[in-house]
Amino acid sequence: MSNVPGDLRYTKDHEWVRIEDDGSLVVGITDHAQEALGDLVFVEVPELDQTVAVGDGLAVVESVKAASDVYAPFAGTVTGVNEALADQPELINSEPYEEGWIARLQPDNRDDIDSLMDANAYDQYLIELEDG
Amino acid sequence: MGHQTPLFDEHVAAGARMVDFGGWDMPLQYGSQIAEHNAVRMASGMFDVSHMTVVDVSGAAAADYLRRVVANDVARLTKPGKALYGCLLNESGGIIDDLIVYFCDTDRYRLVVNAATRDKDLAWLAAAAGDDVTLLERADLAMVAVQGPDARALVGRVLGHADELKRIGRFGFAEFGDAFVARTGYTGEDGFEVILPGADAIDLWRGLAAAGVAPCGLGARDSLRLEAGLCLYGSDMDETTSPYESNLAWTVDVSDAERRFIGRDALGSADSPDRVLTGLVLPAGGVLRGGQSVLTNTGEGTITSGSFSPTLRVSVALARLPAGSTQAEVVIRNKQLPVQIVKPPFVRAGKATFAQT
Repeated sequence: MSNVPGDLRYTKDHEWVRIEDDGSLVVGITDHAQEALGDLVFVEVPELDQTVAVGDGLAVVESVKAASDVYAPFAGTVTGVNEALADQPELINSEPYEEGWIARLQPDNRDDIDSLMDANAYDQYLIELEDG
Repeated sequence: MGHQTPLFDEHVAAGARMVDFGGWDMPLQYGSQIAEHNAVRMASGMFDVSHMTVVDVSGAAAADYLRRVVANDVARLTKPGKALYGCLLNESGGIIDDLIVYFCDTDRYRLVVNAATRDKDLAWLAAAAGDDVTLLERADLAMVAVQGPDARALVGRVLGHADELKRIGRFGFAEFGDAFVARTGYTGEDGFEVILPGADAIDLWRGLAAAGVAPCGLGARDSLRLEAGLCLYGSDMDETTSPYESNLAWTVDVSDAERRFIGRDALGSADSPDRVLTGLVLPAGGVLRGGQSVLTNTGEGTITSGSFSPTLRVSVALARLPAGSTQAEVVIRNKQLPVQIVKPPFVRAGKATFAQT
């Protein structure tokens, strides 16, 4: 079973979103996503100050098997990127919710994340995918 | 559900992720693909390759027949217990498949061809055979490749016959009853490929696992063969490409002018193909993948297979480029990234074969 922390929000494309105290939002990919991708070997992070709309490509993660887009779960401006991934893309495999975070964004509208799944809903979604 | 090898239950019990491969349910990986890759480069790993097609060729005309259907010359096998790698060509000189031919006895050879091409290979081989040659597919046999610097010693310990196994030279083999042990492989490492009845394969697999040999899936098999510069049929070569365009000129033997092997007349000169298969290295910026465009100083080419090299920690690829290319850029996500052109293999004895920029 994959790890689904209770305090995060989730998308159907297997991104997670963490709400920070300062109002910014941190984005990464879930344990399920890293497991499906296999060993990560390259991450293309966004540019600082880049603006994105919902569903825009935010990053690209490449595993030994394939390249995969990470989509922006909400509209906003990139205020930070995880530079450590340049040398250690495998952090996404080992710590998808902590050291493997991808980007920090200032959302255009905080309420946008209300439409994302909470942990229970994402858990249920994963179960449906497995049964599907 | 696809075909299952005799080792299917072993894979599932070991937690393998199973995928469809040419109609077979095969293990892609058991855990980390990179860890499996590194196990083979540094110690030993084993692969279930029972999906591959084994064909026994027998009859007094077997050698003459194989000298006609294989572009390499089986006459180079001067004594039983030796094998060679080669291609089956069509009349146009395109590659129907690549294979290994094992010389068992004056009237008996064994062929191992790819699984995905089984049907067309068997049809082609049968059509080319006369009444004086018998072809027998050995679907009853399983095949385990044990590869890596420690592999041969561990096979000797588990399978027995350790002293005889030590005497098998590169591309040599020996038969012990139903067990056929060949010093061949598809990883660039030393090791054995063992062909044996399914029930015996399970015992061998379990014994090797207990001896510390890492089970490895198709994912690691692909990155290992790519580092070793070995072509993958269907990606790096097919019926539209000749051996000369596939870095396989060394497998075409034209030394005997009298030998009329199929495809010979259509092959141009080995010295001047318009397209060549060569190696690319991407120092930074992404991962090379099959299908990506390559822009060179002499025209445009295509990556035929690419991946991340766990040994070199950069991405490497095989690409078909216009002849004479010396500078190249690959297009990844609409960006042009400079790549180094190198002669495969990329890795030999666990180290880069070229100066990394």
